[in-house]
Amino acid sequence: MGFFLETLIGGLMTGMLYSLVALGFVLIFKASGVFNFAQGAMVLFAALAMARFAEWIPRWTSLSGKLAVNLLAFLVAMALMVAVAWLIQKLVLSRLVNQEGITLLMATLGITYFLDGFGQTLFGSDIYKIDVGLPKDPVFLMEQSFQGGVMVNQEDLAAALIAASLVAALTLFFRFTGTGRALRAVADDHQAAQSIGIPLSRIWVIVWSVAGFVALVAGIIWGSKLGVQFSLSLVALKALPVVILGGLTSVPGAIIGGLIIGVGEKLSEIYIGPSLGGGIEIWFAYVLALIFLLLRPQGLFGEKIIDRV
Amino acid sequence: MLYRENGQFKTSYGADQQIFPIAQDRVAMLLLLALAAVVVPGLASEYLLRAILIPFLILSLAALGLNILVGYCGQISLGTGGFMAVGAYAAFNFLVRVDGLPLVAAILLGGLCATVVGVLFGIPSLRIRGLYLAVATLAAQFFCDWAFLRIKWLTHDSSSGSVGVSGLSVLGMPIETPVQKYLFCLAFVLVFGLIAKNLVRGHIGRSWMAMRDMDVAAAVIGIRPMAAKLSAFAVSSFIVGVAGALWAFIHLGSWEPAAFSIDRSFQLLFMVIIGGLGSIAGAFFGAAFLVVLPIVLDNLPYWFGIPIDTALASHLTTMIFGALIVFFLIVEPHGLARLWQIAKEKLRLWPFPH
Repeated sequence: MGFFLETLIGGLMTGMLYSLVALGFVLIFKASGVFNFAQGAMVLFAALAMARFAEWIPRWTSLSGKLAVNLLAFLVAMALMVAVAWLIQKLVLSRLVNQEGITLLMATLGITYFLDGFGQTLFGSDIYKIDVGLPKDPVFLMEQSFQGGVMVNQEDLAAALIAASLVAALTLFFRFTGTGRALRAVADDHQAAQSIGIPLSRIWVIVWSVAGFVALVAGIIWGSKLGVQFSLSLVALKALPVVILGGLTSVPGAIIGGLIIGVGEKLSEIYIGPSLGGGIEIWFAYVLALIFLLLRPQGLFGEKIIDRV
Repeated sequence: MLYRENGQFKTSYGADQQIFPIAQDRVAMLLLLALAAVVVPGLASEYLLRAILIPFLILSLAALGLNILVGYCGQISLGTGGFMAVGAYAAFNFLVRVDGLPLVAAILLGGLCATVVGVLFGIPSLRIRGLYLAVATLAAQFFCDWAFLRIKWLTHDSSSGSVGVSGLSVLGMPIETPVQKYLFCLAFVLVFGLIAKNLVRGHIGRSWMAMRDMDVAAAVIGIRPMAAKLSAFAVSSFIVGVAGALWAFIHLGSWEPAAFSIDRSFQLLFMVIIGGLGSIAGAFFGAAFLVVLPIVLDNLPYWFGIPIDTALASHLTTMIFGALIVFFLIVEPHGLARLWQIAKEKLRLWPFPH
């Protein structure tokens, strides 16, 4: 039982991190109808920027306090992500208005290649470390109910808390600020939003910047867990089943989907994996999502697809 | 008026059903075939055959298969690499386990296995659509990657799924030199190109296109969605599987599952989109573009005599590749085939403006 709970909690924590990446997909899809394959590349790019600026800033300036350096690096990386968002909107998306979904998907794949190459040209391609001071030691919970208790990684716990508060903050932002309301209007209906005077291109820059911000946070958390390296961009491939499971247009869907995939993946790896030869994590998430989709083709919380001839 | 097609002068069904109704097109096609089958093997260097022409032929075959699914039937698939892997490993198993099985039969049987897997993963398309389906087909990709890495029986008990074939021959003729390999691939491409062209202009191709344009409306006018979608998956994955077997047997010789990774799927999808969705010629244009482009980008620094560190060069190559893809999509979202069509329309009127 203790072991089961440990796996379950581990799955929930990983799931939270998947939802963080998935959130980036959902935000952009909701607002602009673009299925942004570049989200993984953005995570890598942001994490690389963060890691390298944290290394370079003490060298360039006389700053030495860890908190100040990390904060400054975070701000610089964020500024860079906003610049990337603005460039993507200006150079790519504004020229591909009204194209089919698959053309836009391919364009974001092109952006993926570009960002991967650009990030590694700019920041180097070794493995870098991000140290923002997340606690590393495991803690033991419920030691009185089970023998040995349930081991929980403090780092995972902190990451899950950050992810949860980010989601809460985004929800509040969408609900209570003027910009958030404009974003929701654009997501509902582009033309109607434009006709009441919401500037579409500015909204899209904001959405891509918010997605860049989410990518930065995800990059920092994943980066401090695994080290910043190229394989970080593959996290996006893990987040895809989360997005379609939860529904492409639903923020709560991304969270719930992430938790389902995270838990399903961990449990299947431990309880089904050995009899199949192991390593089933990578496709299990997709098959799980596929089974859910067969029951609900638009994902758990996606908008119902209505066909009109 | 280099190029003309004035009015309807057809007097027989034969004339009406020609693939190339214009005389110039027929001549040009025959010249192209003669060039591909006679001139190129005689003149091309070994490097040209090995590094460019053979990959180009095999990948255009795969792109052709994918184009049937994506361009004609409108079902986006990101699992092409997986279907290629199925074709390659199944053909390998047939060749190794069945004594005296001819090479061509093994490759076609490999294609049949890919068909079965393709139809299996195509079943969700009856309920799931668009981008949801695209992501769902990734399941096929990752499952195949995993299966060929972990299930020892499929790879004839080799470690890490790496296998190889040697001493291939057809009807007693060995396939060893690049020229022989090139001609072998060319034969496959021609046969499947002709089959595909005829399928898409026939009844079945029209039902695919109806399905692509609006599936509910197609069902209303009496096209069975299940038959149309699954047949597109079947034909597409058969061709893709054959291409996979050729890629493994002829181009690589010995291979491992990584040869058919998700990058291969993306590469093929790029070919189809850059070449032109829903066009047989487009598959060839796209394959040519994407085979040649990386080679040009890799060699560019050497041609200009700029020494660049290899790691930096590979990052720059990725970057330029991505930028060019985006640039291309912006300039011509309908692909190279569309440019070709525009050129033909201009030639029809030339030298008059209207």
